[in-house]
Amino acid sequence: MQWSAPRNDGPSQAAGNTTGNTFIMSDIQYVAPRTLDEAIGAYAAAGSAARILAGGTDLLVQMRSGAVKPGLIVDIKKIGEMTAIEETKDGGFRVGAAVSGMALHDHPRFGKVWPGVLEAINLIGSKQVQGRASAGGNLCNASPAGDSVPALVAAGAVVTVAGPQGRRELKVEEVPAGPGRTNLKPGEIVVAFTLLPRPKGASDAYLRMIPRTEMDIAVVGCGVNLTMKGGVCTDARVGLGAVAPTVLLVEAAAKALIGSKLDEKALEAAARACSAACRPIDDKRGTIVYRTKVAGVLLRRATAIAAKRAQER
Amino acid sequence: MAKLHVSTTINGEPMEFLCEPNDTMLDALRGPLGLTGSKEGCASGDCGACSITVDDQLVCSCLMLAAEADGHELRTIEGMAQGEKLHPLQQKFLEQAALQCGICTSGMLVASDALLRRNPNPTEEEVRFWLAGNLCRCTGYDKIVRAVMETAAEMREAAQ
Ligand SMILES: Cc1cc2nc3c(=O)[nH]c(=O)nc-3n(C[C@H](O)[C@H](O)[C@H](O)COP(=O)(O)OP(=O)(O)OC[C@H]3O[C@@H](n4cnc5c(N)ncnc54)[C@H](O)[C@@H]3O)c2cc1C
Ligand code: FES
Ligand code: FES
Repeated sequence: MQWSAPRNDGPSQAAGNTTGNTFIMSDIQYVAPRTLDEAIGAYAAAGSAARILAGGTDLLVQMRSGAVKPGLIVDIKKIGEMTAIEETKDGGFRVGAAVSGMALHDHPRFGKVWPGVLEAINLIGSKQVQGRASAGGNLCNASPAGDSVPALVAAGAVVTVAGPQGRRELKVEEVPAGPGRTNLKPGEIVVAFTLLPRPKGASDAYLRMIPRTEMDIAVVGCGVNLTMKGGVCTDARVGLGAVAPTVLLVEAAAKALIGSKLDEKALEAAARACSAACRPIDDKRGTIVYRTKVAGVLLRRATAIAAKRAQER
Repeated sequence: MAKLHVSTTINGEPMEFLCEPNDTMLDALRGPLGLTGSKEGCASGDCGACSITVDDQLVCSCLMLAAEADGHELRTIEGMAQGEKLHPLQQKFLEQAALQCGICTSGMLVASDALLRRNPNPTEEEVRFWLAGNLCRCTGYDKIVRAVMETAAEMREAAQ
């Protein structure tokens, strides 16, 4: 809630805004280019005062509170590549950075192949927020508690970014640098997520712990991605959110699962590995002890769901 | 600072307006467009009182820039009744007293309408989840959920 935020209705603005609920005034521009090259050009030229606008569900809240005062807003939703969901012939997916949660939900195939990634993205906010919020925005906002990020880390998603120096690819876990900070270079924009084709017997799941049942920020989030063959786990990836300054890839947990039948011993080892990876903070939503314990609990539960789904595929 | 000129369609009618680059759609609706049915409860995406649809997608108008409306089709609470004839949801909200102070009501109606357009036969759980982004300080939600369920049933019957 932003009622306590400073409001600064500059005189130049007052005439144009009869509700008076304007943001802090400075020269601000809005552009909605149709090509990626134009977007990169405008974004890079405007320097650190520029902000990319995808769904705006973080950016507009930050502008309203005065935390962010962009000089230039570059809306990327008119760029075809940014809002496209493409299933490749071999069964992989390429999801545009600005695709909304609702659009991904309505895709006839995506949720069947990547149920864990979809449920993570669909946990973001209300239906209204889903109508706008994107995985690209969730990643670039770089909250340690972003819900889609652990699931995309577990999925092994590759992020395509484009900037003044051209295109490059990063792993999802390489993008966040710390709370609110990314490893993107000046002028770089996230373009799309690529998810590889999956073998039969592979599936994923995402669970988060929140104090309420809806509309809250994760105390812990856990994404698990498994491949099962004849009851044995042949491949696994585990992503953990809200327990460290950035979302974590927990390789030790995956190692504990791989080669096992997901028996108690393997689950216990993987849960311990998750708890051991935690470097959480204490806050009103959860203590360090609680978050550390819950990380292991969610690993077990998410693994069970992913394994069940893998069996059915 | 130059104002932006926006051409859009609101409730089926072509509309044009001027806005600052950082005005929200809610600012534009309640300001220059004079459509004050959409309410500002929080201005941060939490309460849903500002709900509208953009190309049939339910969104919070407080989390959208006015400039983004250009070239899109918007629907607001003002487009719900056909002249004097209330939408079945509006009629049912009145009959069931699914509102008290009314601040949340236009958002509740727009969101419920968006749900029934997607899913004419929702379960109670689906209604409650769908409306989780619409906060009401007065009713305790039960009457709202019941009104939506009953309207859905009646609309299904009428459609047969
Ligand atoms: C009521 C409410 C509830 C919420 N609940 C949740 C929740 O449960 N879980 C959760 O994780 N989040 C939640 N959020 C936060 C927010 O909705 C998500 O982080 C969302 O995914 C942001 O996506 P967006 O497209 O709206 O991003 P935007 O607001 O458009 O952008 C976010 C940031 O990323 C930058 N950015 C966006 N796209 C790109 C790109 N392609 N390249 C480079 N930079 C980019 C922007 O400049 C901005 O700094 C909630 C927000 C609200 C208002
Ligand atoms: S005013 Fe937009 S969600 Fe509250
Ligand atoms: S009727 Fe008062 S907030 Fe819902």
